[in-house]
Amino acid sequence: MPKTTSIVMGGVGGQGIVLASKILAQVIQDHQLELKVSEIHGMAQRGGSVLTFVRYGTAVHAPLIEQRQADYLFALEKLEAWRLLPYLRTGGTLVCSTQEIKPMPVIIGQQQYPPQIIPALEALAADGTLGNFLAINALEVACACGQPKAANVALLGVLARTLEFPVDSFLHALAAVVPERFLAANREAFLAGFHAV
Amino acid sequence: MKKLLSGNEAIARGAYEAGVHFAAAYPGTPSTEILENLAAYEEIEAQWSTNEKVALEVGIGAALAGARVLVAMKHVGLNVAADPLMTFSYLGVNGGFLLVTADDPGMHSSQNEQDSRQYARFAKLPMLEPSDSQEAKDFVQEALRVSEEFDTPVLLRSSTRISHAQSLVEVGERREVSIRPYSKDAAKRVAMPANSRRRHVVVEERLQRLRQYAEETALNRLEWRRREIGVICAGISYQQVREALPEASILKLGLVYPLPVQLLQEFAAGVDKLYVVEELDPFFEKQIKALGIAVKGKELFPLTGEIFPNLIAEKILGKPLTVPPVIKADSEEPPPVRPPVLCPGCPHRSVFYLLRKQKLLVSGDIGCYTLGASAPLEAMDSCICMGAGISAGLGYEKGNPELKGKVVSVIGDSTFFHSGMTGLADVVYNRGTTLTLILDNRITAMTGHQDHPGTGRTLQGQPTVALDIGAICRALGVQRVQEVDAYDLAALEAVIREEAAAPEPSVVIVRRACALLDKSAKTACCIDEEQCSGCGLCMQLGCPALAREGRRIVIDAALCVGCGVCVQVCKFGAIMKAGEEDA
Repeated sequence: MPKTTSIVMGGVGGQGIVLASKILAQVIQDHQLELKVSEIHGMAQRGGSVLTFVRYGTAVHAPLIEQRQADYLFALEKLEAWRLLPYLRTGGTLVCSTQEIKPMPVIIGQQQYPPQIIPALEALAADGTLGNFLAINALEVACACGQPKAANVALLGVLARTLEFPVDSFLHALAAVVPERFLAANREAFLAGFHAV
Repeated sequence: MKKLLSGNEAIARGAYEAGVHFAAAYPGTPSTEILENLAAYEEIEAQWSTNEKVALEVGIGAALAGARVLVAMKHVGLNVAADPLMTFSYLGVNGGFLLVTADDPGMHSSQNEQDSRQYARFAKLPMLEPSDSQEAKDFVQEALRVSEEFDTPVLLRSSTRISHAQSLVEVGERREVSIRPYSKDAAKRVAMPANSRRRHVVVEERLQRLRQYAEETALNRLEWRRREIGVICAGISYQQVREALPEASILKLGLVYPLPVQLLQEFAAGVDKLYVVEELDPFFEKQIKALGIAVKGKELFPLTGEIFPNLIAEKILGKPLTVPPVIKADSEEPPPVRPPVLCPGCPHRSVFYLLRKQKLLVSGDIGCYTLGASAPLEAMDSCICMGAGISAGLGYEKGNPELKGKVVSVIGDSTFFHSGMTGLADVVYNRGTTLTLILDNRITAMTGHQDHPGTGRTLQGQPTVALDIGAICRALGVQRVQEVDAYDLAALEAVIREEAAAPEPSVVIVRRACALLDKSAKTACCIDEEQCSGCGLCMQLGCPALAREGRRIVIDAALCVGCGVCVQVCKFGAIMKAGEEDA
């Protein structure tokens, strides 16, 4: 069967998952591969969990990814990484921002924000469950580039390190997708992420 | 050239290429982007209508006038438009007419997961269902051709996974179609008994001809692979089956109503075991079984929610594609959920905070403000459909006199235009005493900020008349109509208390633009730690910018937009706008 690569991208509504998936889709398209990108709109925005699936290869049927099928998990927030972990196959790659955004049940004191997410992920990387685990604080990296909203693109820089596409393809896709006035800061954030790991 | 398009973008592109002249819709996830994309084409006259029934009726007029027409809505919108749909079937078209309905299996953004295919059978109309963006574009073109050839409105069913999944599409040029000449034909188009009796016969004859078309059209396709397993499927389920059973033979239905009887019989005869994989209702299954064909469907697959490849493989092959256990975090406790919430600065927050505080019965409606039902606000007793907030509110006090003086109906501005006005007329006419709160944030917010009759802008952003909600309420006979700023907590509290108790119908228009649209510079609020007692009263607002850290309450300055509602809630004067600490 032809090989299909499956990437799960998650975060919190407003963090820019859709833009990050757009840039990635542009890269894949530029390499003449078949692809499907699936997202959920509407009620799922408004600060809720946001989830996008990207699948590419020589032939792609289902636009969706099920548990344990993802080759890559890209999470803009660490609780979302934790939540989405069941999507990742054994030996898959986790790219995660260590940023913490409290959900409403935590804010109002009904539930606790899990305190040990990063050490637990490190343990999964150490025993080989995760094939590759790359974490940065993407928000801090983006802030250092003068554009806090570019945290998504900074983490995309980390993901780019692990994918088969050359970095120039990403820079080309950035220029095609990101509006001109934000391009310089996004390019800087992308490269900062790329070189951060 | 191939472009990466969502199903909705592809539907819009298909309409453009097919020479569509007119399009109308009311926004509703997952259908909204169809009209937003059509608005970009100058050749097409496109509009937001006040509701789906109006959109369909305007579209019917345009088609009878000779134009090629597309009308779009979400599945529950088709309920609103069902009345004209059922009779439009009798009238036939002039220019081609396509109605797109977008279903939401799994209810990612809807109040129910009804199966719109039932409407095709109910209205005796052909329905097409694409399985990716390329088909979405191509099917729109074929649907309009069929509409004109068979003199029938045509339905196209999409779903969340088609409308919001992007795949590659070969785009083409627009083929101009001239507007068909108009001539009066009252015997065909005036639906009254004498005419409709004749037209019903025509509808049944048309359906017979469509059954023949179903046998011949390339929309339906036999894919022969190994003969042990054969699967009948359509739409997104086709992709799921291809993923799960790459070796299976498939009868892929692009025309989901009426079904191709001979093709079904040929396929059934050619495979050892026959299955139907379809989400929601056993729509194909029941019709296939009625033909005397043995097939397995809902005895294996659920009637609710979506159907994914793993389940298909498990039920048909006996083993899922992937094997548990999944990677799980150490702790047994599931991670905290992250439900959608009202945004920081959302003008709805103060309203629900006060409704809860005053222990009023809240008859809710559809929009962002449905989130007022969530913790910690939890200030909603029921929510049914667009417009039901006002009318069900009247029913609460009619049904149980003890509730009189305690019922508040809550509705948004766009929803008020959609179907709130008739309910309010009913309250006045029947001497109700409910308070109606119209939460006027100047936009259709939940679906992603679409204009409506109150905004003063058209779909294309052109200036137009802005209807005055207060004047409409007064014209409907409401004597007590007031306006109040959503951020003015004291005024809002007083007016709700007074008007809820008033012995006659009253309307309070709670005004403040959606916080996401207010682009002015923001000054965040901050906490005076010496004054803060840690009582947590402000936390009852459910604002994402507020959080408790041990005894202390903290404000996330990056999220806070400085609406000042928490400043007014605090009994200790511990919250203030940054920069006003010494004031």
